[in-house]
Amino acid sequence: MSAENEKTVYESACIRENPRSKNEIVMYGVMLPKHMPIKLAAPRWLWLTLALLLALLLLPLAAPLFYIYIISVIFVTALLAMSLNLVLGYGGVYQFHHAVFYGVGAYTATLLITELAMPAWLAFAAGPVVAAFTGLLIGWFCVRLTKLYFGMLQIALGSLVWVIAYRWYDVTGGDNGIHDIPMPEFLMSFQGAYYFILIITVVCVALMYLILNSPFGATLQAIRDNPERCEAIGVNVRQHQLIGIVIASFFGGVAGVLFVALERSVFPGLLFWVLSLEILVMCLLGGWFTFAGPILGAAIVVALRTVASRYTDYWTTILGIVLILLIFFLPEGVMGWARERFKPRASKADQGGVS
Amino acid sequence: MLRVESIYKSFDDFMAVNGACLTVERGALVAVIGPNGAGKTTLFNLITGLHKPDRGKIIFEGQEIGGLAPYEICRRGVARAFQIANIFPRLSVFENVQVAVFARQRQSHNLFQPAQKLARAETDAILQSTGLESQARRVAGALSHGDQRILEIAIALGSQPHLLILDEPTAGMSPEETAKTMNLVQQLARARGITILFCEHDMDIVFSVAQSIMVMRHGETIIQATPDEVRQNHQVQEAYLGGADA
Repeated sequence: MSAENEKTVYESACIRENPRSKNEIVMYGVMLPKHMPIKLAAPRWLWLTLALLLALLLLPLAAPLFYIYIISVIFVTALLAMSLNLVLGYGGVYQFHHAVFYGVGAYTATLLITELAMPAWLAFAAGPVVAAFTGLLIGWFCVRLTKLYFGMLQIALGSLVWVIAYRWYDVTGGDNGIHDIPMPEFLMSFQGAYYFILIITVVCVALMYLILNSPFGATLQAIRDNPERCEAIGVNVRQHQLIGIVIASFFGGVAGVLFVALERSVFPGLLFWVLSLEILVMCLLGGWFTFAGPILGAAIVVALRTVASRYTDYWTTILGIVLILLIFFLPEGVMGWARERFKPRASKADQGGVS
Repeated sequence: MLRVESIYKSFDDFMAVNGACLTVERGALVAVIGPNGAGKTTLFNLITGLHKPDRGKIIFEGQEIGGLAPYEICRRGVARAFQIANIFPRLSVFENVQVAVFARQRQSHNLFQPAQKLARAETDAILQSTGLESQARRVAGALSHGDQRILEIAIALGSQPHLLILDEPTAGMSPEETAKTMNLVQQLARARGITILFCEHDMDIVFSVAQSIMVMRHGETIIQATPDEVRQNHQVQEAYLGGADA
């Protein structure tokens, strides 16, 4: 049936023919006249984003090396956190061990360069692909479980991957990791790495934005809200969750490759569960029901870690305190809080949209 | 169109559905009634694939559907609105229906086109036919209870069902909301030719709307017949209509 036909059939069934029903709708409407925020970037946001991009492009001309480095770290971490949030905040999937895919991306790129002497660009492309494949393998088992059990199984399977990196000395260097990885000339300077990371991150964030605003993205959010109902409208829930995990692992792998491009080294900490916890905190801190929340969360955590490690060795203690404060005072994250604070007319229920 | 042949389902030792039978003709409005715990919702869960039957057959449009996954049954043309409002609370009303339309159009794997621009006409038409169009942009979780139940039906319509199953569509509604909902249900049946199977506690509604009524007790079918025949049936009067639950 075409859309036009469809419409006429529906109109003949339209209950507005009944003059009473119009009042009834108004009657319900009085209770909560709240509407969804506009979804596609409004011009205001577009200009703000472009201005920010321009500032970031010009930054290396003025800023000291240290800041260029820290901002690069923030980009890499933000991409990692966003890739997690794609399935966590938007998919409702308890991806408790997302760092595995970051680590797999980083180790894959590194090993292809050091062991097989592949050209760096090829190795960089292979990293995310292998990460996505790992996501497919681990996810295939995990989607058979729900919620917490999903997360527990993922931690278990992810830890197996970690053990390989940690123990297989001949190939992965064990707990020492691999350092001084040869890089193309372009990436040997901090400025070069900065621009490389900036461009790839922006492209990836734009892709994720597209995906979240696609029919697939809408379906993913519907699954988060109500998986049972999704099955009942003809959605194969497990399959969609698995696709979501593969996509998230791919972008996690990209972040891993960017880490290698920046640091020129890998170590097992990249796929240890503590890092997974850290990115989980970033998503919650920034606001896991908002698109840009994880970027903000990553920036805060990286900045905090940088400052804190100057004064103390107990960074994880500080992270723990941040987490506790977060749960009590900002359950919807900084972005969620800001949205409520600065849009007095928006209700609590308005926080579902991609903004 | 739908034929349920002596179906059984037990949970642990409790026989929730104990040899129930049901026939639904194309285009009909069929009601299932029975006291609380008679197994009506379990029967619907079996038909829509939420539970797998222990024994018995469910035949829809000539094909056995018993034991298929819920999404497969939905794709064959059986949609369902639930007893409790079972919506997507963080999405807008429009998106709630749109997601169902995407699923029916097999578009839910589409990764790179903006969802905003797709399936608009059909979604708008459904919202209009259910009277929800003025609330299209509202967050579904913020709707009144009555409107959430209507949204339930609207989501089910997104699947373009041949058979629509409604589990107590008017539970917890005010008299006006009830009238509006039943009006909508009847018009959907008449104008779109959707076959409707529903269960309901309000006997006035059942006897005025349904063309065929199936009476259940203890998971068994007592009778399935026209409203008049059901009214005159002694077994039904004793077991149900005369009882405390009626």
